[in-house]
Amino acid sequence: MNKAKGLEVSLAIAEAVKQADVDVVAAYPITPQTHIVEELSVYVANGELDAEYVPVESEHSAMSAAVGSSAAGARTYTATSAQGLALMHEILFIASGLRLPIVMTVANRALSAPISIWNDHGDIMSERDIGWIQIFAENGQEAYELTIAAFKIAEDHRVLLPICVNVDGFILTHMIEPINFIDQNEVDKFLPPFKPALTLDPEKPVTMGPVGVPEVYIESRKQCEQALINSKAVVSEVLADWGQRFNQKYRLIERNGAASPKTVFITMGSMGETTMTAVKELEESGQSLGQVRIRLWRPFPKEEFLDAIKDVEEIIVIDRALSPGSHSGPVAQEIKALLYDQPQKPKIHNIIAGLGGRDVTVKDFKKMYEMARNNELDPNYTIWGVRSDA
Amino acid sequence: MSDQAICAWQKLELGTAITTPGNAAELRTGDWKTLHPLTDQEKCIKCGLCSLYCPEFCIAQDKEGFYPADLFYCKGCGICANECPKQAITMTMD
Repeated sequence: MNKAKGLEVSLAIAEAVKQADVDVVAAYPITPQTHIVEELSVYVANGELDAEYVPVESEHSAMSAAVGSSAAGARTYTATSAQGLALMHEILFIASGLRLPIVMTVANRALSAPISIWNDHGDIMSERDIGWIQIFAENGQEAYELTIAAFKIAEDHRVLLPICVNVDGFILTHMIEPINFIDQNEVDKFLPPFKPALTLDPEKPVTMGPVGVPEVYIESRKQCEQALINSKAVVSEVLADWGQRFNQKYRLIERNGAASPKTVFITMGSMGETTMTAVKELEESGQSLGQVRIRLWRPFPKEEFLDAIKDVEEIIVIDRALSPGSHSGPVAQEIKALLYDQPQKPKIHNIIAGLGGRDVTVKDFKKMYEMARNNELDPNYTIWGVRSDA
Repeated sequence: MSDQAICAWQKLELGTAITTPGNAAELRTGDWKTLHPLTDQEKCIKCGLCSLYCPEFCIAQDKEGFYPADLFYCKGCGICANECPKQAITMTMD
């Protein structure tokens, strides 16, 4: 690990993509993702990165181009956000169905209407079931490192699935942080060249994406699902290898705070940093409190999560997306479903917070904790900070 | 394993790719139809219009000069019956 350099996180992600030596970048700019592909265009233009830079006319085309280039055996990268991710929607299923290891950064942002360029997880939660591996970075360093690791995970022949690295829009993408960059030689040693299992090759023709008649569709979906389930072990393995090489330990689920807390906050993405500050301050005032961070969201690391919350009496799940008409936010739904057949169930509070870039501060987390303890939260979910006349 | 499945999911090619040419012939696509053409040979004048209009190219002249449909490929659209100038073809339930 070299010395830290202050850099905007988007540019650090672009650096990671450059270091991964991608062959194709399919690029369509959308706030707050723009700086990533903009920086990559500079690298390609000045010869620092030998790659095809494909400026497409929409995100639908960006993902289509990524599918094509990955099928041809090229290491492929793209990035998007919110409306752009929604526009990619139908092609996202094709990428996973065809088992193409595309790496995509999603700069998480709220979906319209009303138009919001600010952060929440509404965009990626609408893409929960696309069969992609989904990881969440909590800070700039993590965004940089997980981007490189993502290529190794996706391209592993036991996996061969697309992966998206989620980074909170603006909160991470536009933040200038000191980042430790890894030496190019070390990256090259960690990440071997992409060896596709199957390619579009005129010398050895294959058909990719044929009609899945009823006699084959279920088996096809099963193959894709099983690959996603099996990828958990590979994600663990690659992150452990990363930890050994670069001294940064990334677990699928991370627990911080008191050794055996009564209450834990559950977060994903950058909000975990603020939560941790609140947890530390509350702990200092004698509260038995902890924090559990979900780093790997798909496939959901069931065993690791259950282990992280064992002996906990009460959990406060922070969702950064709304699931209108449901009984809780998407993360809380996942956890409620998981705990249903467990013998010991902690009490679950669910808070939907920070939609469309609304700030959630240390003070807010302290208030959430206090309200949870006094049973003042809605038994289904509480939309935090919503202004009401009632 | 389901008796409808072509093969076990573990045996599928990666991403359901097709790596061997010509295997579409293994799928009896003609099974999908609900109607098939039936020719009354008394009425047929062997003009061959049914063969010209068939969108699946599945009607060809036989040794006796008639135009039977290859039901393996026929999808039962009924265009042949519609175009026949002698109303010799009727669409019949499969």
